[in-house]
Formats: sequence, C-alpha cells, structure tokens
Amino acid sequence: MITKDNYQQSIKPYQPKPNLIQNCIKAFVVGGLICVVGQGLTVLYMEMFGFTAKEAGNPTITTLILIAAILTGFGVYDKLGQFAGAGSAVPVTGFANSIASAALEHKSEGLVLGVATNMFKLAGSVIVFGTVAAYVVGLIRFTAQTILGS
Amino acid sequence: MKQGKQSWLFQNGVYIIDTATVSGPKEKQGPLGSTFDYSYEKLHCDGKTWEQAEQNLLSKATNLCMEKSGIREDALDLIVSGDLLNQNVTSNYVARDYSSSMLCVFGACSTSMESLAIAGSLINSQDNQFALAATSSHYATAERQFRYPTEYGGQKPDTATSTVTGAGAALVSSQTSHIQVEGATIGQVIDYGAQDPLDMGSAMAPAAANTILQHLTDFNREVNDYDLILTGDLSSVGTPILKKILYQSGVDIETVHDDCGLMIYHQDQNIFAGGSGCASSALVAYGHVIQQLRSGNLNRVLVVATGALLNPTMMQQKESIPCIAHGVVLKRSDAI
Repeated sequence: MITKDNYQQSIKPYQPKPNLIQNCIKAFVVGGLICVVGQGLTVLYMEMFGFTAKEAGNPTITTLILIAAILTGFGVYDKLGQFAGAGSAVPVTGFANSIASAALEHKSEGLVLGVATNMFKLAGSVIVFGTVAAYVVGLIRFTAQTILGS
Repeated sequence: MKQGKQSWLFQNGVYIIDTATVSGPKEKQGPLGSTFDYSYEKLHCDGKTWEQAEQNLLSKATNLCMEKSGIREDALDLIVSGDLLNQNVTSNYVARDYSSSMLCVFGACSTSMESLAIAGSLINSQDNQFALAATSSHYATAERQFRYPTEYGGQKPDTATSTVTGAGAALVSSQTSHIQVEGATIGQVIDYGAQDPLDMGSAMAPAAANTILQHLTDFNREVNDYDLILTGDLSSVGTPILKKILYQSGVDIETVHDDCGLMIYHQDQNIFAGGSGCASSALVAYGHVIQQLRSGNLNRVLVVATGALLNPTMMQQKESIPCIAHGVVLKRSDAI
C-alpha cells in the first residue's frame, strides 16, 4: 500500500536504477581515451618543440581545454557527458566544459553581467575547494617537515 | 457553481471556440507532429535569446488562436496566461501586444489547465464573453532556470524528463461550439516528500491521484464516464505510480489513461522518461484531444495537468517538492 509515510520506499520499484557497471565501463573508457589524447599531445609537444615532460604539461592542458571549449560550442560535449558521465566530467575537459557552457548560456545578458559574472557559476566551487585543499595539504606538509626536521 | 469539495460545474455553458498549438522542432518530429498548427524549425524559434524564443512561441499561439476563432481582438475581455519562468516573463511580455485585461497565473506545468479552469469560471460567471487561456514552455529557458546551462555535460538519470518546447492557447466563450468545457477540479498542494528535481514524475503522481479521486467524488462519476483521462507530464516513472495509487483506492484507470509527456515524443528521441513542462499538456489537449473530440472519436475527456512547484533555491535548502494537479473536463457538444 503506497501511503504518504512510506512513499519514498514504496515507489522505489518504479524508479529505473542506474546501470552502475555499464556506467563505470563507459566512464573508464571515455576518461581513459581523453587521457590518451592528453598523453599524445604531451609526446607531440616534446618531440616537436623539445619540451621536457614537465614543460609539455601546460600546453597539453591548454590544448585539451581548447578542444573541450570548442566541442561545447558545437553542442557535442553535453552529448558526450550524457554518455560518459564522470569519464568526461572529471578530466580537465569537464572543467572547461562547465565554464564554457555557463559562459555561452549567459551571453544573452551581456559580456560583464552575463558571461564574466556567470562563467564560474559551476566551476567556482571546484576552484574554491581546490585552493582550500592545496592550502590544507601545504600546511600539513610544512608541519610535518618542521617536526621531522628534514 | 461549486460542485462538491474542490470542483466547479460550468452550468451556464462554457465553450472553446478554437485552439492553437505551436511547437519546437523536436515535438514536430514526434507522433503528434502533424496535429500542431505551426512548428518552428529551430529551437531558437526566430528569437535572439531563449527567452525571446519562448515569447515567439506563445505570441504565435495566441495570435493564431484569435485568427482561427475569427474574434476581433477588441472583443477579447481577458487573457489568463502563465509559464514556467520567473515572474512569468513570457506571458507578461506577450500580453504587452494585447489591449485586453491580463490575469497572470502560475501552477508550474499545471498552468495549462489552471488557466483554462479560471477562464472557464470567468466566462461561466457571465461577466465576460471571451477569454483567452494560454501557456508555454521552452526546453532551453527551463534548463537554464531550473537546472544547468544547456551545453553542460552533466549526466542525467533515466528518471529525468525533457521540457517540451511549445505553446498552446484556447479561446473560451459562452458562445456555443463543438467543444464544451464542462467543469474543473482545482487541486490541493500535495507533498509526499520527494526531493529529486530530476524525478518529477514520482513527485507529482500523488497530486494527480488526489485530483482524479476528488474529481470523481465531486462529480459523482466513474472512470467509465470518460473516454480518456489524460495526465500532463507524469512520465514513464510517475504514470505506473499514479495507476497503483488509484488502484489501491478502488479506481482502475488502466484502459482510459494516457500521459501527454509520453505521447509527444517517440521513444528514440532522447527524452529520458518523457516530456514535461506547461506545453506538454497544452500541446496534446489543445491539439490532438480537441481534434479527436471534434471528429467524434472522443466524447468526454478529463485533462489533469500536473505541476511540480519546484524552486532551485528551496531544493538547495533540502526542502521537498510540493506538487499540484488541476483537472478540466472537455466534452463534445451538440449545442451548435
């Protein structure tokens, strides 16, 4: 018997369950492929411009961000995101998509109050927690180094 | 006049002179595509912004409705209109082009039948002769207001619904026509504690059940008195829940029920659990249903438009989703 009190429990059979295994495989494959592209770019920058592996990191990330922003503009990245889930959300391309999509969406409200104000609407939390986490980890490392005296 | 606890019976005769439906491109490709009066080829609907796109949909629908009805604009007493956007911007901006009185209403996706019920009541009062009931929704305006930017690559669950791009309008009058608005049942706000904005079918099913049961009680009718009981946008998740709740209350709607959100699209159109939005019930009721009533394939239809009274801020504050459903009875009439 479905009642108000047991509603959330009793309707569970009617709600389609996400296929976790299939979603994990899709995320693994797509996320992995994005990383393969990144690795390819790193090798390319090392071979063509004589960068070290460390120096090739920044142009690699920049290129991935550019590709993700262009795919967002062409309306491809949201379809990829629906298919791959975390596979396309977790890499830097997902971060780029969250900024590019918000910027595109608010173009209609102008460059300052629309695009500039809203482009970090989704990515802002990532930046905040990224900075806070870096701070905390840095503090732990500094404390450990001071105590251990290395 | 009041009928039972929550219903109105329009005993003085309320009729729909004509209706108009305008859709977006995806809806045009759906099974009911040929029933719409006009369909835009692009989601932008000739507008520079998404909001303008939705205004163009609604404006086209209201203009077409007036044109089809053959009623001069200065004869129009009143517009009753609403949509999903903050401050009902679509309806208010479209109403700028009309010189008649405007009543703006909000019932989320139940606005289609809420506006029709109010228009019907105002005509039944015999204080007005012509009232225009109208509503609209647009995929992109709803996405950006209630969810994420349209191009954001987040993964939606299978319980999510896709907002229908479209607008519908009906000209209601005391002048007789082939379609009578027999009465209406005004819903209560029902909240069973659902908190997932990406599963509105589950949230709205109890509200739809409540309104249908109340309607049958108020009018002392049975399911068999209707050829079709139509819900607005319960989706493939909420529809079986509605049937189950009603079945437990001794009402079996299996043979006469359909859901507008499940009728608008083909299953392969990537719309998850079905269509939603004010335009879901408006496009089906003012297009397909009116045509079927006119041709005599249907005689009496109960349209129950379902609305999730969702607010993103309240969702972030961990509140649940209150829901509402309004029912209107459309009947084939021989009065003309």
